[in-house]
Amino acid sequence: MQRRGRIVRTLLSVYYAYMVEYRAELLLWVLSGTFPLILMGIWAQASESGLLTFQSEEFVRYFLAVFIVRQFTVVWVIWEFEREVLEGKLSAYLLQPIDPVWRHFFGHIAERFARLPFAFILIALFFWLYPQALWVPSPVGLGLGLAAIALAFSLRFLMQYTFALCAFWTERASAIEQFWFLFYLFLSGMIAPLEMFPDAVREAVLWTPFPYLIYFPASLLVGLPVDPWRGLFTMLGWGAFFFLVNRWLWRRGLRQYSGMGA
Amino acid sequence: MAIVDVQSLSKVYPVAIKEPGLKGTLQHFFRRTYRSVEAVRQVSFQIEPGEIVGFLGPNGAGKTTTLKMLTGLIYPSRGKVRVADYIPFERKGDFLRQITLVMGQKQQLLWDLPALDSFRINASIYGVPDKEFRRRVGELAEMLSITNQLTQPVRKLSLGERMKAEMLAALIHRPKVLFLDEPTLGLDVNAQAAVREFLQAYNQRYRATVLLTSHYMADITALCERVLLIHRGSLIYDGNLTGLLEKFAPYREVTVELDCAIQAQDLMDYGEVGNLAGCTASLIVRREALTQTVARILAELDVKDLTVTDPPIEEVIGRVFQAGVV
Repeated sequence: MQRRGRIVRTLLSVYYAYMVEYRAELLLWVLSGTFPLILMGIWAQASESGLLTFQSEEFVRYFLAVFIVRQFTVVWVIWEFEREVLEGKLSAYLLQPIDPVWRHFFGHIAERFARLPFAFILIALFFWLYPQALWVPSPVGLGLGLAAIALAFSLRFLMQYTFALCAFWTERASAIEQFWFLFYLFLSGMIAPLEMFPDAVREAVLWTPFPYLIYFPASLLVGLPVDPWRGLFTMLGWGAFFFLVNRWLWRRGLRQYSGMGA
Repeated sequence: MAIVDVQSLSKVYPVAIKEPGLKGTLQHFFRRTYRSVEAVRQVSFQIEPGEIVGFLGPNGAGKTTTLKMLTGLIYPSRGKVRVADYIPFERKGDFLRQITLVMGQKQQLLWDLPALDSFRINASIYGVPDKEFRRRVGELAEMLSITNQLTQPVRKLSLGERMKAEMLAALIHRPKVLFLDEPTLGLDVNAQAAVREFLQAYNQRYRATVLLTSHYMADITALCERVLLIHRGSLIYDGNLTGLLEKFAPYREVTVELDCAIQAQDLMDYGEVGNLAGCTASLIVRREALTQTVARILAELDVKDLTVTDPPIEEVIGRVFQAGVV
């Protein structure tokens, strides 16, 4: 346990140092995640017609929460893992008595710590420019929201890492993620809150993992009515499914691995 | 008991075939065909603890594939491997703590950070206590002469410094078995010598077993008493360097210094003419004709000096691989 704690501390501190090495790049990454803020403007304008169920400020808060959730849940493991497999860099990590996934996982966590100051400055700037959008989440909403964000990040990471393992067989595993991203984009609540979907569609979508990656934690933060238990169990269910597939692919993939280029 | 035990090891890879041109591209897209390449064929050998063994072969001979199987990176198609009494591919923690693999053209260090940060990660993963970690880094850095470079970002290091830092990273956990794949690749002569000296010292200090591939014969002659020769996936020789010369070099090099300059055609009668510079010439003479040829040279030419030597080891191996002699 003590050894594991030391590994986690070391990975976090070293990868934090690695992430802050390129400050300008970090800022650009944060800015590249401002897509929800653009959508916020569009939906807020549309709500002026009075035909939508949300008021203008509700849209503003929702998309701001989406922006925050996205900042916490960005995942890029598939591109890194694919490169490691193709260039044989995975070999060095396979020779160590630790699953290579932990380097990626804690690399992502460390990046959060490096990225968040920039994201918070952007949020503060937003509230300064648009003070009527300011809201304070309830303590319960905040606690559940943060827990949902942590789960959403873990699920998104697990899903993408599972696709990444296809790099053992195909040289372009990232293409799977690009296809999957289409569903993520439309069904996760990034483009629109699920309340804007027809009831039947919304009910069907709630059985998929996508809304729990953005819509669910964002709704908890802004106080929209969602079922936390259903959210929790659906996320755990999908998490268990992807975990089993992930371990199966890992065992099969290692037999397939040829250490190309190394 | 052997620390590395390899029995009839083979590895077969499927390789996609693609014809050039548009037709080939379309065929490749719709119906991919593969052929099997046997990278390693029925290789068997044992290595005792503390041995340094050279693993020689031309590019594509199967050296790296064999090393990958010995370290558990890839799964063998046939045969058995045991290293430190473990089956490598099971990748058990206790096995991984006893081995290391250094690949000259690959790096594990984080490019943008000082090497010391990568060492810290390795120390925590291998469970090396902090105090012991600092002691080991100090000791290894001194042996490798890179104490002052460890706090610079890896990208700012020279190739030689980087290679030494890679080696240090690979040895933090003090492995018993070292697999080294071209550890001196691209290094200048001084850096090569430093790495060789370090490996020798490490082997003596910790009685580590080393299996080393290198294209630089100086590495092999300086470090290895025993060599394994692999060609087209098959092991064609396992023994010491002297035995290698006897088996694959049925000739000697005769260097003669004459009284005056001489033409190559005047010497061809005695053997294959190698170098000819002014009054000095070297001749390649078959071993069974050596005594008779030397006697003739002394009798028929104005010889000032004459020496008989074994041909350089790299030349012998080069000839073996070129001719495909088995």
